[in-house]
Amino acid sequence: MDTILKVENLSVLFRTYAGEVQAVRDISFEIEEGNVTAIVGESGCGKSVTSRSIMGLIKKPGIVSEGSKIFFRDENILAYTEKQWEKYRGQKCSMVFQDALTALNPTMNIGKQITEKILVHRKVSKKEAWQEGIRMLELVGIPNAAMRMKQYPHEFSGGMRQRVMIAIALTLNPELLIADEPTTALDVTIQADILEMMKGIQKEQGMTIILITHDLGIVANFAQDIIVMYAGKVVEKGSSEDIFYHPAHPYTEALLRAVPRLDVMEETLETIEGAPPNMANPPTGCPFAARCRKKMPVCEQRFPDKITLVEGHEVCCWLQREDK
Amino acid sequence: MANKDTKLLEVYGLKKYFEIGKQKTLKAVDDVSFYIRKGETLGVVGESGCGKTTCGRTCIALYEKTGGQVMYRGEDVHLMKGEKRRKFTKQVQIIFQDPYASLDPKMKVQEIIAEGIRSHEMAETEDEIRKRVEDLLVTVGLDASYGNRFVHEFSGGQRQRIGIARALAVEPEFIVCDEPISALDVSIQAQIVNLLERLQKKRGLTYMFIAHDLSMVKHISDRVMVMYLGKIMEITTSENLYLKPEHPYTQALLSAIPIPDPHVEEKKVRIRMEGEVPSPVNPPAGCRFQNRCPYAIEKCQIEEPVLKKVEDEHFVACHRCKDLKK
Repeated sequence: MDTILKVENLSVLFRTYAGEVQAVRDISFEIEEGNVTAIVGESGCGKSVTSRSIMGLIKKPGIVSEGSKIFFRDENILAYTEKQWEKYRGQKCSMVFQDALTALNPTMNIGKQITEKILVHRKVSKKEAWQEGIRMLELVGIPNAAMRMKQYPHEFSGGMRQRVMIAIALTLNPELLIADEPTTALDVTIQADILEMMKGIQKEQGMTIILITHDLGIVANFAQDIIVMYAGKVVEKGSSEDIFYHPAHPYTEALLRAVPRLDVMEETLETIEGAPPNMANPPTGCPFAARCRKKMPVCEQRFPDKITLVEGHEVCCWLQREDK
Repeated sequence: MANKDTKLLEVYGLKKYFEIGKQKTLKAVDDVSFYIRKGETLGVVGESGCGKTTCGRTCIALYEKTGGQVMYRGEDVHLMKGEKRRKFTKQVQIIFQDPYASLDPKMKVQEIIAEGIRSHEMAETEDEIRKRVEDLLVTVGLDASYGNRFVHEFSGGQRQRIGIARALAVEPEFIVCDEPISALDVSIQAQIVNLLERLQKKRGLTYMFIAHDLSMVKHISDRVMVMYLGKIMEITTSENLYLKPEHPYTQALLSAIPIPDPHVEEKKVRIRMEGEVPSPVNPPAGCRFQNRCPYAIEKCQIEEPVLKKVEDEHFVACHRCKDLKK
């Protein structure tokens, strides 16, 4: 399979009055074409900042550090001009945001918001664009699409709004779709419907998806590859099989055990004591060391380089390294 | 020591309607009856807008009721006045969903927690109050010195601990936990749930645990009540609910929950519901779930099912569940 996206040594920091917050610290990974890759982590781990960097949406006070590279099909997109970005966003790469209500414009009807994008990027008539819009709404499973085109965001339920967001993201057939917590604000039943719909479209069109989420449950039946982030670092990545059944990083292990399972009756939940570190002043060693049960002296001194366990399964942990 | 079967809270036909505009009534809670035993945890689940939060708040008289009755230790909570009412507010506390909005940003943590102690005159000197607050902070897993700080200095999980300390300050026996963990990260959620469980064991607390996360509710509750559009659909022990759910809505809800295990997830069969939750202003006739139920028959559209016992500790409101079992 081809690599569609390659992130190399990406660092992003935010200059705030409280100091430099290092949201993403020197991370590298690759996304295979046609796969669903999940980036998993808790709030503040840098998963959303990573996805925004891929979309070129890091704005002041955020800075993408020099030396960071993101290749989309061998082109370094971080060197793009604003014109090139505009072409890239929407046609090659598109994004679904978490909060559909704030992401949609409340003063424009849905039709206008979908066709706007088509009219900017393609030379088609308004009528054709409108037809295309209807087709997109039908694709994401919105009934009465022609009538719904004329309605405003407030007339849609939360689940339907998120479908509209996905429809907008999918117009122009992007090669890469980034979904940033697409179902977090929704009820479980609606979440299941939307994930099913996305899965269907993904299979049909062979689209590449990056799914950003904190919920390992929704990843289980959706993603082929998983990247686990913690405190701005990629701590483990591998196939879904690797991560769920052979987690190598204590953080991944703990994360899997901290969620109660519907099909298991557990007595007490295992907890990860403490809280993630302050990113304005991240620890020099492994950022998880302070909360890790298997901590060794070396963990607090240096961040471990990644080690490959089996093909495709990489982890950054001293436990796995022999040079500790 | 009170008998394990003592009913602490008894709710009979409780209704809470909100008037919204001209001749429109939102029936948030519509004729529900249930009870909570002393020392147990009753989980309340349902999709957004099902009335679970309104139900919790009406039960502890934060809202006036529209109809029905809520009895706490045999006293109608909506009729309590004066000294009785004061005593009730000391026995009953609530932990809110949003740890950012429910704590006053202008008050020090010390003052937030001490407020209840002062108003119920539970300590005589300032020193005693400070000592109590420090003890409470330690109980919920925070540092005793945090009392001098303001709320903005704390993370979400720490704030929720402060909220719990505030609730515990007046030594209540019954706490309504209104989605106390939904705003928190997974690794922090487990910490808070374990804390609540530990406190329950130590202090013999009774919880009404409101949440939309069924897997967490299963974990913490003794019994679970499933609500849909202001009605109770099913109420049973947490084990029964997950092993043999009877109501089609419960089954659909359960089957929608993702399980963090790809092999299990692959084999899972989903029970699909049609469409979305209808508006509670204009609920469907008959059974409220009728228009989304895959098994609905004509009877469901005409007659509203009542909560019926199917076995010990298991009540279901459905016309079809008997036929479906066969």
